[in-house]
Amino acid sequence: MDEVASRTLLKKGAEASLYLADWHGRRVVIKARHPKMYRPTELDAAIRSYRTTHEPQLMHEAKKAGVPTPTIFLVDTKNAAITMEFVEGKQVKQLLGSMQKAERQGLCVRIGELIGKLHGRGVIHGDLTTSNMILNREGRIFLVDFGLGEKNTELEARGVDLHLLKRALQSTHYQFAEECFEDVMRGYSAIVGGEEAESVLGKIREIERRGRYVAERKEDAQRGV
Amino acid sequence: MKKANKAYCLGVESTADDFGVGISTFNGEILANAVSGYIPKEGGIHPREAARHHAEVADKVLSEALTESGIKPRDLTVIAFSQGPGLGPCLRTGATVARALASYLDIPLVGVNHSVAHIEIGKLKTGAKDPVTLYASGGNTMVTAFDSGRYRVFGETLDIALGNCLDVFAREAGLKHTKGMPLGAALEQLAAKGKRLVPLPYTVKGMDLSLSGLLTAATSVLHKGECKLEDLCYSLQENAFSMVTEVTERALAHTEKKEVLLTGGVAANKRLQSMLNSIAEEHDARFNVVPLKFATDNGAMIAWTGVLAYTHGEVTPIEESFVKLRWRIEKVDIPWMK
Repeated sequence: MDEVASRTLLKKGAEASLYLADWHGRRVVIKARHPKMYRPTELDAAIRSYRTTHEPQLMHEAKKAGVPTPTIFLVDTKNAAITMEFVEGKQVKQLLGSMQKAERQGLCVRIGELIGKLHGRGVIHGDLTTSNMILNREGRIFLVDFGLGEKNTELEARGVDLHLLKRALQSTHYQFAEECFEDVMRGYSAIVGGEEAESVLGKIREIERRGRYVAERKEDAQRGV
Repeated sequence: MKKANKAYCLGVESTADDFGVGISTFNGEILANAVSGYIPKEGGIHPREAARHHAEVADKVLSEALTESGIKPRDLTVIAFSQGPGLGPCLRTGATVARALASYLDIPLVGVNHSVAHIEIGKLKTGAKDPVTLYASGGNTMVTAFDSGRYRVFGETLDIALGNCLDVFAREAGLKHTKGMPLGAALEQLAAKGKRLVPLPYTVKGMDLSLSGLLTAATSVLHKGECKLEDLCYSLQENAFSMVTEVTERALAHTEKKEVLLTGGVAANKRLQSMLNSIAEEHDARFNVVPLKFATDNGAMIAWTGVLAYTHGEVTPIEESFVKLRWRIEKVDIPWMK
């Protein structure tokens, strides 16, 4: 990372720190996965190196599916650091709450379309929260943070991916989580088709019932499902 | 506060294998915390057998708590009980005891959420005010934090609970549950001697985690008999604890709260404590762990949460005091927090 003249900390996340830096005259983001002292060194090294190599691959796949993601410039597996394009914009998390209903609906439908495109190509994001979606100045939505993602075409994986988004909406935007998720599913359905979207929704219901202490499970038992 | 001192709440806990009765004053002084645990001859908790145990020990535990507290039944102001979530037969036994007491003494009854109680006793005993909480026990594994009137779940297990994962493995490995030495403690002792890390699955999905695959993998390595038991216990603990710690750290970064609280039965584990302490330090947060006798299921936590609920206007009429087996924490209003 010698080429980087200076870097300033943008955000200290749980998994990695994001730095804003100047790299060959470009403004870039460096995502560095620092060692986690709580984990044994071998386990920590394995997790960090796995995520550092897989994340750029998935972001590349996402691009092929037509989903905007930051361009990758450099992958440094030794230091578990990725140098990528700096996307100027705002996190969807910060925007949703202050939006008018129609605007919010439009945004959620577009998010759903992006997820549909990802899933259509067998890419599972793995951490679909509104913090990991950036709306840039031109109005494009970028998906970031594929560190927990995977290539997987199974219905189960797609179901868990969307279930996590639903959960994230419920914990962060509980006032309108339900309508947002419905809009997401409308956009998703427009890309993958109604039948496919229905089977994913069915899977999400199944995953929710698997969860601990869910009232629906009791109702199912009474219906004899 | 002299007047408030004269008000007492008795709490009955019976969600799983422990039957407990605790007594708390209205300003949070725990006067009694009696408990009797059901130890199965083999295997895990059989709900009906555990409930039978609870019914048998109820009067003994109750009088033990009253003696310990030095107060008389007539001095009680309110009766609290664990209304859920938990095992049906066990919950019903505790609820029956609580209803009988409330009717006989003609005082109000208040149903308490068991998960909320684990958090509240942790806050009371450590002084934490608004923490990110990891509640890990035999039946629950969740990361919660308070927001807009309720404890929101930021991450949880998608399948089995942390304590369950460790217990089932310990039983598979032939460890025995004895009085004063739960399975988890026996496993922890062995793990402390382990040195070699055996590769096992590490499954974090967003803020949630999955432990069943880890348990299956660890069990199959165990039955192959190719590695030392202490190394396997060590590897299982390191993987499972790293996963819950990672999820807790994500919630801490997301909420930007300044306190971490570890509560529930698995809170007794020193290795888990040290991992959470490490992430708390990294985020300039204060780490808190509930004291051992309030970590496992206990009546004191129900009594104290009963005080909080009752003094904020909550009462559960007898006809609405049915148990709620799947009562999720985020369905409960927390009027005592702002």
